[in-house]
Amino acid sequence: MALSAKKLKVGDAHTARLVEDLKRTQIVQYAGASGDYNPLHTDEVFTTKVAGYPSVFAHGMLTMGMTGKMLTDYVGDARLTKYGVRFTNQVWPGDTLDSTATVKEIKDEDGKKIAVFDVSTVNQNGVVVVSGYAEARVDD
Amino acid sequence: MAAKRFPVEASHILMFARSVGDDNPVYSDEDAAKKTEAGGIIAPPTFAQSSAQFDPDYFLRPKIGQPWFGSGKEPTGVKREPGGGGGGGGLHAEQHFEYHRHLRPGDVLTATTSPGKTWERESARAGKLVFSESVTEYRDQKGELVITARGVGVRTERPVDSKA
Repeated sequence: MALSAKKLKVGDAHTARLVEDLKRTQIVQYAGASGDYNPLHTDEVFTTKVAGYPSVFAHGMLTMGMTGKMLTDYVGDARLTKYGVRFTNQVWPGDTLDSTATVKEIKDEDGKKIAVFDVSTVNQNGVVVVSGYAEARVDD
Repeated sequence: MAAKRFPVEASHILMFARSVGDDNPVYSDEDAAKKTEAGGIIAPPTFAQSSAQFDPDYFLRPKIGQPWFGSGKEPTGVKREPGGGGGGGGLHAEQHFEYHRHLRPGDVLTATTSPGKTWERESARAGKLVFSESVTEYRDQKGELVITARGVGVRTERPVDSKA
């Protein structure tokens, strides 16, 4: 279901749980699907002994992808026109992530209504792991 | 990411959607997708990133007959270059997409990447950071621009200290 500009207000927010207790296997799944086989994400030996991190960690793009589900579930299929993020902290196996889109502005662009959202994904400690924005076409 | 030919396929979309934990039928079920506003299967919003699969030179994919820096008998298969904290040739700092339309199975894309700005910053958590930007244009079989992607990578002086 698409959102309606008439019903949306600045400050409206939608929150969804993205993942609970992120598994290493899901990170492997993402590596295989995306083609990003950086061992930092799947190879515990390399990551701890060579790269110097406490464990493997998720691809930023996995968190962006999971955050994208929160957005598309909210704004509807094929409605996004822009989506961008900064990766502000790493996501580790075992993390639980929640993501929120907050309406920042509703604007007209080429005769269409566009909703602008702030996007933020946090881990179980409230640390922001992804921070960004999205824009989506909404109904009148 | 550069790819001369990136065929968008339904099975790849299905696997990608699964990997990001998205069970929306618009990514996997042709009949259900037809009944949605999308009118058929589309790709999830970050799918274009998997053009890495079609970049012949993508350096984060092991290649037949070439050394690979991940572990085997030893923790790494290659000597580590100094100054590359993070070990994997850098980390992803930002990613931005602009959608001119959403991708569908059957699209055949060309991805062309051009370098953007570079800049540096000091960070308490990882030492000197060197950022570099690249812009990738995805064009379809008709030559029309479908997605503009801007990525920022960062090389850190040392591994990043994690918060909490």
